[in-house]
Amino acid sequence: MIKAILIFNNHGKPRLIRFYQYFAEDMQQQIIRETFHLVSKRDDNVCNFLEGEVFHPIFSLIGGSDYKLIYRHYATLYFVFCVDSSESELGILDLIQVFVETLDKCFENVCELDLIFHMDKVHYILQEVVMGGMVLETNMNEIVAQVELQNRMEKSEGGLSAAPARAVSAVKNMNLPEIPRNINIGDINIKVPSLSPF
Amino acid sequence: MALKIVKGSIDRMFDKNLQDLVRGIRNHKEDEAKYISTCIDEIKQELKQDNIAVKANAVCKLTYLQMLGYDVSWAAFNIVEVMSSSKFTYKRIGYLAASQCFHESTDVIMLTTNQIRKDLSSPNQYDTGVALTGLSCFVTPDLARDLANDIMTLMSHTKPYIRKKAVLIMYKVFLKYPESLRPAFPRLKEKLEDPDPGVQSAAVNVICELARRNPKNYLSLAPLFFKLMTSSTNNWVLIKIIKLFGALTPLEPRLGKKLIEPLTNLIHSTSAMSLLYECVNTVIAVLISLSSGMPNHSASIQLCVQKLRILIEDSDQNLKYLGLLAMSKILKTHPKSVQSHKDLILQCLDDKDESIRLRALDLLYGMVSKKNLMEIVKKLMLHVDKAEGTTYRDELLTKIIDICSQSNYQYITNFEWYISILVELTRLEGTRHGHLIASQMLDVAIRVKAIRGFAVAQMATLLDNAHLLTGNTQRNGICEVLYAAAWICGEFSEHLEDPMQTLEAMLRPKVATLPGHIQAVYVQNAAKLFATVLQKHEGESDSQVAQETSQLLIDRLPLFVQSANLEVQERASCILQLVKYIQKLQQKNVEVAEEVTALFAGELNPVAPKAQKKVPIPQGLDLDAWINEPPSESESEDEKPKAVFAKEEPKHSRTKHTEVDEKELARRREVRKQEQANNPFYIKASPSSQKVYDAPGVEHIPVVQIDLSVPLKVPGMPMSDQYVKLEEERRQKAKAERKKKEKKKKREKRGKERKADSGPESEEDIAPAHQVDIVTEEMPENALPSDDDDKDPNDPHKALDIDLDKPLADNEKLPVRTHRPEVLKSPADDRDSESFPLETKKKSSKEKKEKKDKDRKKSKEEKKKKKKQKEVEEEPLESQLEEAVQSEEIQEVASPPTSTSAEDVTAPPSVTTVSASSAAAPDSEPEEPKETEPEDTKLSKHKKKKQKKEKEEKEKKKKKRHHHHHHHSDGGGEDSVQNGTVEEEEEEPLPPMSNYSLLAENTYIKMVYDIQGNHQDESKVVVSVIFENKSDSFLKSMEFNVLDSLNSKLQRPEGAGPHDGLTVPFQLPPGVSNEARFVFSVQSIVMPQKLKGTLTFIVKSEDSSTHEKLDFRLHFTCTSYLITTPCYSDAYAKLLESGNLKGSSLRLEGINMPFHHLLARICFHHHFSVVERIDSCASMYSRSIQGHHVCLLVKTADQTVSIDAKCDEPSLLGNVLDEIKQTFSKC
Repeated sequence: MIKAILIFNNHGKPRLIRFYQYFAEDMQQQIIRETFHLVSKRDDNVCNFLEGEVFHPIFSLIGGSDYKLIYRHYATLYFVFCVDSSESELGILDLIQVFVETLDKCFENVCELDLIFHMDKVHYILQEVVMGGMVLETNMNEIVAQVELQNRMEKSEGGLSAAPARAVSAVKNMNLPEIPRNINIGDINIKVPSLSPF
Repeated sequence: MALKIVKGSIDRMFDKNLQDLVRGIRNHKEDEAKYISTCIDEIKQELKQDNIAVKANAVCKLTYLQMLGYDVSWAAFNIVEVMSSSKFTYKRIGYLAASQCFHESTDVIMLTTNQIRKDLSSPNQYDTGVALTGLSCFVTPDLARDLANDIMTLMSHTKPYIRKKAVLIMYKVFLKYPESLRPAFPRLKEKLEDPDPGVQSAAVNVICELARRNPKNYLSLAPLFFKLMTSSTNNWVLIKIIKLFGALTPLEPRLGKKLIEPLTNLIHSTSAMSLLYECVNTVIAVLISLSSGMPNHSASIQLCVQKLRILIEDSDQNLKYLGLLAMSKILKTHPKSVQSHKDLILQCLDDKDESIRLRALDLLYGMVSKKNLMEIVKKLMLHVDKAEGTTYRDELLTKIIDICSQSNYQYITNFEWYISILVELTRLEGTRHGHLIASQMLDVAIRVKAIRGFAVAQMATLLDNAHLLTGNTQRNGICEVLYAAAWICGEFSEHLEDPMQTLEAMLRPKVATLPGHIQAVYVQNAAKLFATVLQKHEGESDSQVAQETSQLLIDRLPLFVQSANLEVQERASCILQLVKYIQKLQQKNVEVAEEVTALFAGELNPVAPKAQKKVPIPQGLDLDAWINEPPSESESEDEKPKAVFAKEEPKHSRTKHTEVDEKELARRREVRKQEQANNPFYIKASPSSQKVYDAPGVEHIPVVQIDLSVPLKVPGMPMSDQYVKLEEERRQKAKAERKKKEKKKKREKRGKERKADSGPESEEDIAPAHQVDIVTEEMPENALPSDDDDKDPNDPHKALDIDLDKPLADNEKLPVRTHRPEVLKSPADDRDSESFPLETKKKSSKEKKEKKDKDRKKSKEEKKKKKKQKEVEEEPLESQLEEAVQSEEIQEVASPPTSTSAEDVTAPPSVTTVSASSAAAPDSEPEEPKETEPEDTKLSKHKKKKQKKEKEEKEKKKKKRHHHHHHHSDGGGEDSVQNGTVEEEEEEPLPPMSNYSLLAENTYIKMVYDIQGNHQDESKVVVSVIFENKSDSFLKSMEFNVLDSLNSKLQRPEGAGPHDGLTVPFQLPPGVSNEARFVFSVQSIVMPQKLKGTLTFIVKSEDSSTHEKLDFRLHFTCTSYLITTPCYSDAYAKLLESGNLKGSSLRLEGINMPFHHLLARICFHHHFSVVERIDSCASMYSRSIQGHHVCLLVKTADQTVSIDAKCDEPSLLGNVLDEIKQTFSKC
């Protein structure tokens, strides 16, 4: 079982959190902080697993020594899965890869900004990969197909933000000079390295 | 209306959407919290609008804020609103928000049941999908129970997309509602062979998850999985199955044997590392389960180790890590095969990755032997020096100690070496583990007698150089070591070369900077040293030394007398006075040494940590009982001093020991030796093992030369290395000697001894360098072997320990609960399946026992199962009961009673009996599996007929209905006869009952209601109201409102005013009824209460629509605060004896009904449970939501019923009794 999926950036800012077991909000934030603290210290060329309650207080937060953190670091983002012993470590690593590749397909060259502004969409994509803490689908084409079908449905309903609202939001932001600075973050595209097939 | 819409969309233009919110937050980096709080205010405004799009947008933003750590539970009700939108776009937002922030105690969840059910059966597969996904995150026991059946139906959906989601969510349902496991399992098993690989994978996933927790119940699936394993090509599925086999093999070794071959084939053939790794893991599990005595599997082990070596040598850190992880599993059973890769593992200690180093350390722990211990520890010591970062260094330190001390110092052949290692470790700067080193020093010095001399010398040096260790006390845990050093020097001071010098070292002024507890030990042990010095020098010609020592103490101790630490101060002043007194005696030339030593005589043996726990309580000893009667005041004064003395006595046992005469001591020693000889855990002093080399004296050890300028770094060649060399020499010598001996023996041909000494050099042949006798920890004589149960009683998976191989019993079925209009088409099915709540099921199995043989077996099985489920059942009971009643209500069909009383419930007839009595009353047939097997046609035909008949009756009745249709007994007579014949029961069945009473009624609508308490919340009750549309028009926009009183308030969603009504979350087409629940908070529950309320609604017919309203009075009886709570008779007796309950009684005359009916009525209408029944007398129990106990003793004798009642709240009791009286006055 997957207990939690966390995505945060190099500064520990959460970009998506998905707990499959209830934790109060402050607890969730604490777990994110602790996880970030652990993961960010690690070089990119060390292994992607973290376990052992003794060393890391986080495991007593999450619920015991049966759990481990499996993560991947892409450009500015960390993708962290907290799983128990029923999951295969290498399998989860592959799953993260599948998830990121799916994001890359759905957002067309995904970058951190996509995740920042479309947290809901990322959630919908994740929902097609993992459900209730269990792996639902690992075939990327299938995932993308389902996501797109649902997006099409949303479009046919007019979507959440219909055209006028968009225009207005552009107007509303006119007087905010900082905007360009924030959008121009430079090359933060998540580079999806091609890994050996599963 | 149109204006409103326009206005709404204009407002909407200025709403922020999610992107605006994110952008805003990014633009307000300095005052983010403030900005967000204004955003939340806006969101609150948006949520108040009627436009669902605005609400959805607001909820979407809330989901984002939730991620940032803001609690958004206040919007739970709005989330539910968005979830129930008909548009997929909004629905998806709603479910996403719910899945992020709903949890079991979110109370609006119970409002969602119908909505979710509607979505699950939606024609749009994505509505269903979204509902399933959301539900998987917030499913509660109630939702699981109510929706289990709907989800199970979805497992056979035409779309694989829905099927796989439905299959996966079943696991969550099982967890929350374990009763569903058995009924749903056959279908789940079917899904293992689903044509769609995704569905198949999901089924494998769920079963693996289940099997992991309770593997034994899934052994019978092994052949099926075996087939899947050899046929599937999906690596995910394969990994899951292989992992599952890993869990199953320990239970069934035969399975393991079969697995080896296909697994090794996979290992050879697969290119996927993940699969390879899992295969290796499972092979290891198999080999472990087969026990090591299978020589023909050595090839498999070799293969595994070889593959793991490849993993470890890989440049991918992940593979390296996993390889080491798996290696440590092999190590447990096949240490030899791992040990040959020692080089590789030691190499991993140099890895830059800390996780890998730690894994390698773990492995080393299991790899040590007598032969390689010194070498491995030497390597580790090198790493200790190199290690950066205290965490890893501390880990190394603990590992070194773990490795050396494991299984009672099994691998240590030379304790001098070990003490040196410990002393070296004390030079680690800033370690947290000073106490660990200290306890090791103490342990070794106490338990290994032969080493004491050496240890004392080392400790003396440590004490002498204490200033090196205490350089910076603040952050240095290492000074703990001094505690051990001082104690060892004091306790074994007879081994000290120069006690005077050590004494001097212990009394240096700098000592006063040490922590108090260490100073205390210093002071105490200075006294011991003093005794030794006296002993040594007294009687010598010059008593100079002895007197100097006394003077030293008298000079230095005052420093400690001034200590702020109480313990230090007390000990110091005590000893100071003692020394002063001794000095006086010395001046008179009195010999005192003997007496002073006696102060510290006697030996301290280590006591096993669990010794106290393991002393069994002797039979007949009651620790709570008074030994003597509690003494009266006057008596105690006389006896007090004595008692205190007696109490304190054991503390003085040290001094007492001296009184034991020498003979006794000698005898004891003898006994102990004898014991040790028989104890296999002692390292025995074998007569052959002589000291091979002279133990180097203290002067050989370069401990003292510690360079101060580079503090705490190991200078030059660490001294423990000496021992490695010495040890090697010793071993070679020993080997040579042995060879010589062997040759000799060969010549002499003394077979007996040769047997013992010959053979290749194995571990055991390395004789320890010292005569080592480890004093084991003392245990009480009759210690009990303890097997501590570590299992967590709260593990949710415990409840899923359910036997799945037994065929399904007839009454094992998922509850079906629907109030949707379409239900009316097949009410009989539904009613039947629901009308037996669990309670009835439980009891019925008891009754079945009395039935014929064929039934007996079945009921036994059930009972077994029920027992397991008992805890789980207790809670959902009330709601079950309530629902059962609800459904009766809607279908308006008389049904068997749902009472809770054991004796009085008519048992559900089994299928066998029904088919035997063919035409008889299928109506009372409970819970035939509806969705799995289609009903036998004959039966269903009959049912339809019956149903029609009842409908007619119902229509007739409608006109003169005055109270509640369920209380009428039409059809009941007919039913009862049938029931009687079917069930071969002697007792009459009960007339149907319902707790729903009329709330209000007019020409359009009728409302009936029931009130139920909830164990979890002592101030909340749930009012379930069933709305029935009696008109031919459509009823909509129903709003339910109540005028709150001080005591009882309707729970309104956050943000709503105290007088706002609650929208009823459905509309009613003509002739349809549906149920809504409202939560009320109550403060005092001792008095009944009435609340006035109004229901407003719009009646919409084809040509017109009118606004209507209906007033009602909601009656909160005291009964509605009671909750059926089972109680065991012994607990019940205790409760009555406690004397906290006040009594009251009631007499009912002219009750003309069987006793069991009477009890059933009390149980049903007043939420009691029967504790015990003997003939015409029964004890009953119930509990209020606020924890009041209510006990009844009901007796009957010719139409008179007397009820004696007790309760800790008299007014509550009085009201409950009044209500009981009323119930019976109605009949």
